Amino acid sequence: MTKTLNRPAHPLPIRIMHWIAAPAVICMMLSGWAIYNASPSLPFTFPRWMTLGGWLAGGIAWHISVMWVLFIDGIAYLLYGFASGHFRRDLFPPSPRAVIDNMVAALTGRLGHSLGHYNAVQRLLYAGVIVLICFQVLTGFAIWKPVQLGWLTELLGGYPIARGIHLAAMIGIALFLVVHLTLVVIFPRTLVAMLSGTASEPEEPVP
Amino acid sequence: MSRAHDLRRKPAVTMDEIRPELNRISRRGLFSRALSLGSLTLLTGCDLSTHSGVDAALWAMMRFDDRVQAGLFSRSHLAKTYPVSAVTKPFRFNAYYEEWQVRETPSDWRLELSGLISDKAPWTIEKLRALPRETQVTRHICIEGWSQIGQWSGVPLHTFLQRVGADLKAQYVYFKCFDGYSTSIDMQSALHPQTILALEFLGKPLAPEWGAPVRLRIPTKLGFKNAKNISAISVTNTYPGGYWEDQGYNWFSGS
Repeated sequence: MTKTLNRPAHPLPIRIMHWIAAPAVICMMLSGWAIYNASPSLPFTFPRWMTLGGWLAGGIAWHISVMWVLFIDGIAYLLYGFASGHFRRDLFPPSPRAVIDNMVAALTGRLGHSLGHYNAVQRLLYAGVIVLICFQVLTGFAIWKPVQLGWLTELLGGYPIARGIHLAAMIGIALFLVVHLTLVVIFPRTLVAMLSGTASEPEEPVP
Repeated sequence: MSRAHDLRRKPAVTMDEIRPELNRISRRGLFSRALSLGSLTLLTGCDLSTHSGVDAALWAMMRFDDRVQAGLFSRSHLAKTYPVSAVTKPFRFNAYYEEWQVRETPSDWRLELSGLISDKAPWTIEKLRALPRETQVTRHICIEGWSQIGQWSGVPLHTFLQRVGADLKAQYVYFKCFDGYSTSIDMQSALHPQTILALEFLGKPLAPEWGAPVRLRIPTKLGFKNAKNISAISVTNTYPGGYWEDQGYNWFSGS
């Protein structure tokens, strides 16, 4: 436990990249909904007030503007995550056993929460959403440039399938955000930690 | 080309109704706005039709995207081709108007030429049919996201542009249509081997709804760049825009 106490809950680079990614992901999602509405693949459309850009061209303008922010932030994060050991240390996928144990503990209210130190369920969620966002960027490029990046489009199963994956991954990210934001509301100190980097909570008692 | 669709139309809000809000938005700094989640609801009003700073930034980013797309473009990257059996049936009609509004070819139709072209004599359909032709079965991808596979035959645009002595170093090729439509493409895309002046669809001369008597088929760009019912072609160095481009569709829209 002393180890986690000695380093900030979230190092500064992580906090900066998180707060660039957060509005970028939301802009991408809301503008993506405006694009989706022009030709919905599922039997519903998003209300206009939930979309960004107002109509198809506006949605695309937002989407192909903000995508560069997300792309550059994402590349920086991946480089940092591998180089600093953040992925290995904090996000490396846990064993299925640990996930089940943590899940049971969480549901029975016995799961501790230590800032900056992720349990198995958190690791699965955070690693999962990073993989989903990487998929979004790849499928996004595949459907934006199905000729010039045709190799990528074919690798992802061709244009219609890549477009379907792009939609499915969006739903995955939306579900993550619901869980993520709910937990932030329940544990507001996690928001403080992602802003200030310091753990303002009393640490878990050392066993 | 794109279908008139409620969700695609510009919002049914007048400038006057939203001007107070827009003025408020433009008084605030772009940067703080971009970082503030709370103002996202205000940003949803930015749809490329206003004079706000955010819309100006979006237009500037789209010019940047145009340059990126031109940089990614290679004439040797060919669009995937399919067997004839893969053609989508029924093939979906698409234009900025409904199908019943399709116009027949005027009886005095000629393909007019203008701009940086040395031989500007108009072309008849017979003369066009005498040029060498190519057939392709390619995927037509609409800016809305849906796609379908079709078969087109026609004169490669590079063959035609060379034949009429167009300035192949010019920046833009502009297409004007007798149904009120227009679009423009960059010269590099115009010279791509799969860019054709299509005269046939599914092995038959173009019907009016498929763009008679001649249409652009350019599988390296989104559907709305594939102008139908062409009446005039112009080669120019002055940005010509187009029907949808002027309203905010990304100009390059390359695939």
